[in-house]
Amino acid sequence: MSLIEGLNKIFDNRIRLGIMSALMVNEEVNFNELKELLDITDGNLASHLKSLEESGSIKVQKGFIGRKTNTTYSVTKAGEKAFKAHIAALEQMIKSTK
Amino acid sequence: MIYEFNSFTLYFKVLFMSEQQQSLEDLQHIKKMMERSSRFISLSGLSGIAAGICALIGAWFAWNRLHRTQSETYDLVRIITTNGAEILDELFWIATYTFIGAFISAFFFTYLRSRKDRVPMFGKTTMRLLWNVVIPMAVGGIFLIRMMYNGEFELVAPGCLIFYGLALVNGSKYTLGEIRYLGYGMLALGIMNLFYVGYGLYFWAMGFGILHIAYGITMWMKYERNSN
Repeated sequence: MSLIEGLNKIFDNRIRLGIMSALMVNEEVNFNELKELLDITDGNLASHLKSLEESGSIKVQKGFIGRKTNTTYSVTKAGEKAFKAHIAALEQMIKSTK
Repeated sequence: MIYEFNSFTLYFKVLFMSEQQQSLEDLQHIKKMMERSSRFISLSGLSGIAAGICALIGAWFAWNRLHRTQSETYDLVRIITTNGAEILDELFWIATYTFIGAFISAFFFTYLRSRKDRVPMFGKTTMRLLWNVVIPMAVGGIFLIRMMYNGEFELVAPGCLIFYGLALVNGSKYTLGEIRYLGYGMLALGIMNLFYVGYGLYFWAMGFGILHIAYGITMWMKYERNSN
């Protein structure tokens, strides 16, 4: 099945898909904004971010706003490429079975 | 044997169908998340309708005020120049109240929708939208006020329409994309008005009143009617 080749295992999850979608259209997004967007708990979001980071799809910048930590995330070049390929594979999947 | 073969192909068909369905849902999810994280999509059609109604009421007051001067002309500029500063003052206040009324009512319906969508009203997307709408409007506003101080009233109405149209076109990248067409409509009216100076109030009512209402109804039918 050549169709499945483009589909990336790391994006095989709604939450990780959501995180990547948000990062693709924004230069950077912080933890709380992602949490609001996806409507999930801190722990759940953190674990998905971790796995995306470990796969090299996203990068993390830790900073401060006043005394509060502000952790922002952005997509890496490799992540952007992989995500685009994933979308193309999804589209191919729909077209080929029509 | 034949039965077995059929159930086998059926099994694969179902498997493939659900995969296709899954891909479609994934793509829809991606689109939704991209939109929600970059655009303020809770702008309500009802806001457009409310702002349009306020504009028409304001225009009606202004029209009445102008007709009380019993001038023989409909030419706003000539009425102002013959009736002096007093009428100008009144018109200015009518315009100000109209703007405040339109802004508050527009804000109200959009606030309701953002709560329903569970989108934060003052999130990053809202700020980005506001900033990009405010720039052309504020610059235009200062420009027009400066022009009025110079005693130039002819181009105020078309100026309002043109700068507002530019603000909408600029803002359309940060909210529902259709607002771009409302912007084009305002720009077209503003430019036409440049060549029919003196009929500003009619163009103004047409643009800020009728176009807003038409846009609001269209958007409400498209996005909100079914979600109620």
